Amino acid sequence: MRPIRDVAVVAFGQTDHRRSSDELSEVEMLMPVLHEVLDRTGLKTSDIDFTCSGSTDYLAGRAFSFTMALDGVGAWPPISESHVEMDGAWALYEAWTKLLTGDADTALVYAYGKSSPGSVRDVLTRQLDPYYVAPLWPDSVALAALQARALIDAGDTDEHALAGVASRSRTSAAANSHAQLRGSVTQGDYVVRPLRAGDCPPVGDGAAAVILAAGERARELCERPAWIRGIDHRIEAHGLGVRDLTDSPSARLAAERAGAFERPVETAELHAPFTSQEVVLRKALRLADDVDVNPSGGALAANPVMVAGLVRIGEAAARIHRGTSDRALAHATSGPCLQQNLVAVLEGDPR
Amino acid sequence: MPEVLKAPLVVEFPFTRSLGPVQSAFLTGLRERVVLGVRTTDGRTLVPPVEYDPVTADELRDLVEVAPTGTVTTWAWNHAPRRGQPLDTPFAWVLVRLDGADTALLHALDAPGPDAVRTGMRVRVRWAGERSGAITDIACFEPYDGDPGETGGHDGRFADMVTGIVTPARLDYVYSPGRAQSAYLEALSERRTVGERCPLCRKVYVPPRGACPTCGVATAEQVEVGPRGTVTTYCIVNIKARNLDIEVPYVYAHIALDGADLALHGRIGGIPYDQVRMGLRVEPVWTRDGRHPDHYRPAGEPDADYETYKELL
Repeated sequence: MRPIRDVAVVAFGQTDHRRSSDELSEVEMLMPVLHEVLDRTGLKTSDIDFTCSGSTDYLAGRAFSFTMALDGVGAWPPISESHVEMDGAWALYEAWTKLLTGDADTALVYAYGKSSPGSVRDVLTRQLDPYYVAPLWPDSVALAALQARALIDAGDTDEHALAGVASRSRTSAAANSHAQLRGSVTQGDYVVRPLRAGDCPPVGDGAAAVILAAGERARELCERPAWIRGIDHRIEAHGLGVRDLTDSPSARLAAERAGAFERPVETAELHAPFTSQEVVLRKALRLADDVDVNPSGGALAANPVMVAGLVRIGEAAARIHRGTSDRALAHATSGPCLQQNLVAVLEGDPR
Repeated sequence: MPEVLKAPLVVEFPFTRSLGPVQSAFLTGLRERVVLGVRTTDGRTLVPPVEYDPVTADELRDLVEVAPTGTVTTWAWNHAPRRGQPLDTPFAWVLVRLDGADTALLHALDAPGPDAVRTGMRVRVRWAGERSGAITDIACFEPYDGDPGETGGHDGRFADMVTGIVTPARLDYVYSPGRAQSAYLEALSERRTVGERCPLCRKVYVPPRGACPTCGVATAEQVEVGPRGTVTTYCIVNIKARNLDIEVPYVYAHIALDGADLALHGRIGGIPYDQVRMGLRVEPVWTRDGRHPDHYRPAGEPDADYETYKELL
């Protein structure tokens, strides 16, 4: 089913993702990116109908941390604004629905995350089931390693193939000046076996922003808008032991509802922080071998928490803006072992 | 650029959580060395048990006992245990499908090394010496070669049910305040107060956060404000805060420092609490090793005219 109104990504900006940006506060890190997308469209903050952001207090270590970042968008006099305690991809989903209702014609979506102040492996344990799982403090790498082992046992991959995913991603990232890990990176030692350092994403700080616009407004703001043909998100059962970790039925369903299987895509930007997760997603999303997967380097090259999913949508859109792709799939994930999955299908006008 | 300021920040909280009937039975069972699952309407047994079927969303209440023995369905070798994890020696994370269950439970497996672990291996529960009704009542799993364990047919009813758990959580951070707030703190160390001026609306924000909340642009131009200022509004505090060595009642006020376009907070001293008023002119009082003014006291000037500070209320 086609959306009732055409909505497009008309601008995308991101910071250079770095291991640490401790000389900047969150709003200081974010602001250049906000101005980049505003400048690209010629819009002022007062022209934006709706603003939505994604971030998490657990990274910042303090409550309502997103309110500090609001200074960067000129929130006075009062603006129409919302926040999700999720990756910015879900903030984009909220903004997209807002534009579909006709309540707004333009939206600013941004996300930021500084992992450098804390230990992100420990921080992410706090999103787990608080009764049966979180008291055991299984960190994010450990949970991904359980999934990787399940894939190896099922014959879906092996450690050599996983190293290939790592190498391909970081080689692609060599052309991405924003990426944190670029070019040749050794696989290194086991972090949690069977995952080696090279199978894991870098820990870093970063921010990204996107501007959405509806209908003719999109054409005014962007030479080649990246139309969102469909977007959907789905979730698995929260119990890890209930799921088949070698598959992602939620990603497949989200892709189906977003229209991804109607025609082939040329580009896929997958939010797969661990090499093994790309194996799961390629299968679930039925990506053919000729699809260009993560030409940006993906989350293995830069994985600012709460930002990396929005970056996937932005990177996919940017390829359409530049004319290097006509139809692209973007995926974002959240939670352990690909628990939640969002899929967007973007297209440029026919040339 | 001055050195980046850093300080440790510990966020610690004992989360108190109440349990529903199913979780209560499961955790009480662990205290009594009984592992319970929940039977779904289509005949599966979920361990650990949940109150609603993740497939059908049916409400589940039918508790059944499963064995303390089971089979590893996947594993990961953790050679460097982290704080709070079940074992402090290298161990395997495992998902274990207990005998009699259709789903797997996450926990730790105590094994000598990764070569001693494989998917499909048989394991059994090692109970914690002291049990309180928590997932940690299972100390870990251990390799086991014997027959499947006995299930006593327990129905999940216990004399003294656990109805809640307390789970301590602690996260350690190193906080850095960023460029604008660092500059503010650096100036305070010299007993000066520095704000930043917005390049568009020209307002001076103090403390500065690096952005103008009205214009949404970066602020960079530093402006020294104060030291004197005007009380714009205030309240009288009558409740003594824990760990705060200030006699009540005292006055807490918004103070517009001279040259600032935003009032900051401060305590007013050196004047009886019932004589503090809007428009009172005040100056900061620094204590010997204080990193910011301890309080503000009357500056001995005539009160400010309302028109001079009404925009800052």
